[in-house]
Amino acid sequence: MSDVRLLQGNEACVEGALAAGLRFFAGYPITPSTEIAELLSERLPRVGGKFIQMEDEIASMGAVCGASLCGLKAMTATSGPGFSLKQENLGYAAYCEIPCVVVNVQRVGPSTGMPTSPASGDMQQARWGSHGDRPAISFMPSSVRETFDLTVMSFNVSEQLRTPVVFLLDEVVGHMRESVTLPQPGSVKVVNRKKPAVPPDKYLPFAGEEDLVPPMASFGDGYRYHVTGLTHNERGFPTQDPKVATRMMFRLIEKVSRVRKQITLVDYHHVEDADVIVFAYGSMARPSLRAVRNARELGIRAGMIRPATIWPFPAEEVREAARNARAIICPEMNMGQMALEVERAVGPAVPVLRLPKVGGELHTPAEILDAIKGA
Amino acid sequence: MPDIWKYIRKENLPHIWCAGCGHGIVMGAVIRAIDRAGLDQDKTVIVSGIGCSSRAPGYLDFNTLHTTHGRALAFATGIKLARPELNVVVVTGDGDLAAIGGNHFIHACRRNIGITTVCFNNSIYGMTSGQYSPMTPKDRLASTAPYGNIDRAFDLCALAKAAGATYVARSTTYHTTMLINQITKALGRQGFSFIEALSQCPTYYGRRNRLGSGAAMMEWYRDNAVTAQAFEKIPPSERGEKFIIGEIYAADEPEYTSEYQKIIDKLSGGGGSR
Repeated sequence: MSDVRLLQGNEACVEGALAAGLRFFAGYPITPSTEIAELLSERLPRVGGKFIQMEDEIASMGAVCGASLCGLKAMTATSGPGFSLKQENLGYAAYCEIPCVVVNVQRVGPSTGMPTSPASGDMQQARWGSHGDRPAISFMPSSVRETFDLTVMSFNVSEQLRTPVVFLLDEVVGHMRESVTLPQPGSVKVVNRKKPAVPPDKYLPFAGEEDLVPPMASFGDGYRYHVTGLTHNERGFPTQDPKVATRMMFRLIEKVSRVRKQITLVDYHHVEDADVIVFAYGSMARPSLRAVRNARELGIRAGMIRPATIWPFPAEEVREAARNARAIICPEMNMGQMALEVERAVGPAVPVLRLPKVGGELHTPAEILDAIKGA
Repeated sequence: MPDIWKYIRKENLPHIWCAGCGHGIVMGAVIRAIDRAGLDQDKTVIVSGIGCSSRAPGYLDFNTLHTTHGRALAFATGIKLARPELNVVVVTGDGDLAAIGGNHFIHACRRNIGITTVCFNNSIYGMTSGQYSPMTPKDRLASTAPYGNIDRAFDLCALAKAAGATYVARSTTYHTTMLINQITKALGRQGFSFIEALSQCPTYYGRRNRLGSGAAMMEWYRDNAVTAQAFEKIPPSERGEKFIIGEIYAADEPEYTSEYQKIIDKLSGGGGSR
């Protein structure tokens, strides 16, 4: 029996998180992400999980880290201004290798901006928002159904790699309702973090194994270890040793880069013979695909590439898809943040045309079609 | 005498604190209280923020978490709610708790979540070498108050009580027996407990203000700390810098994670009330 439901993107995020094993949510109300908190306040205690509304976004992110260290799969959800406040402890989670998922339903910024209007202005912030270097992983869906799948993926990758994942939505996908069929409970593949296989006196909480990921003991399980945001050695204690600091940073970056293929999701539409390629992600992929189809009807060889994995940026995939293209068009609800990455990927051979829309509206297919015609 | 060495990660010594610093005394009081309360090391988490006092967890053999500046109580709240059976102790400083962490402090008090918080109050930002904190008394000198501090200090215990903490006490590094007793009592309670431990900083606070050695600063605690009853008997014009130590407030109120568990139990028992 199929279970077709009419769901919002934010609701699908909640369903995906629960299917992935979410048991702890800390958040702070902010449009347009609030439905996620509201729903989880109802759902989590029903499965023995915990929900807490903290005093601010900083505290929410701290509580999420604390819960994850106790072994619970933990998440927070926010938007624009709140995402700025998450950065401090997001950097902490990355450095201390605390798995968790941070959902950012993007709205127009900077500052308070347009709280109920869509944007994708936090794409680079998801990569570089906290100080210092850190590995970054982000996914971004274009539909409600995909929101479910990528929420599960966010948890799985976070657990596999012991690193936070920033799950990017935009207000359109977050609030859009679509009919979806969700997988049966139990049929979703769920990944759990590695636990130490050695006794406590042999445990090195920050020593990577073959996959460069250290097993993670939970607080209270008999492994009494130290966690600090200071640069730390493999035992977890502060160090000033440049060699140890360097080794650690390289391991953090490499544990992600070495699974890049596994975590890279890219959709291609008519790119094989395309002269003009539209590069689009999130809700912008929807009018973009319509524009590409309209262009084909007019005899223009247009195609679209849509990354669902935003970070690490799928540079190889974009370069390969654009090999024979005359131009790449980047419709973005920002001033061209991912166009920078596209340019870096394809080099000077292929012109990258920006198509920014920053007034709180989604592009129309006609606007993108005009750009294709003019390319 | 309890064997306090079993609570210390000897391999991480020597500690970073300056000669004469009071923080070792407060840390010693924390572990003696943990010993007396009979807490299981495996089931105890010690959480700190950033600053001199927040380095203590690195020396202590428990589950230890050195978080970001001011955020210890936010992390600790996540830990306690995730696993209420764990004993959660926060060690923090006056800058960490009362300035950058002030919001988390009042809300942790308000929730009455089962966390024992010990504030090592040395009246200064020591780690960054002597800037005024929210606990630097008026008119004292600091590296950022070269003409005298015009800020007024908090009464942290009054703040904790007003915000909803259900056990509030103050002591000093001179009054260690009292301090150990207060922390022990706090560890045995259900709700949010707050202990302000005055701790001397002869290097970055005492020297600039000509307060003498660490020992001299402890003698100042001896001479100026009084019980609430004694304080009331001193005419206001003669109170000077005298301050109250002892148990300031205790009340029984529902603890946060127990209240949350009631919701879970209700939903699982009766299938909820959809």
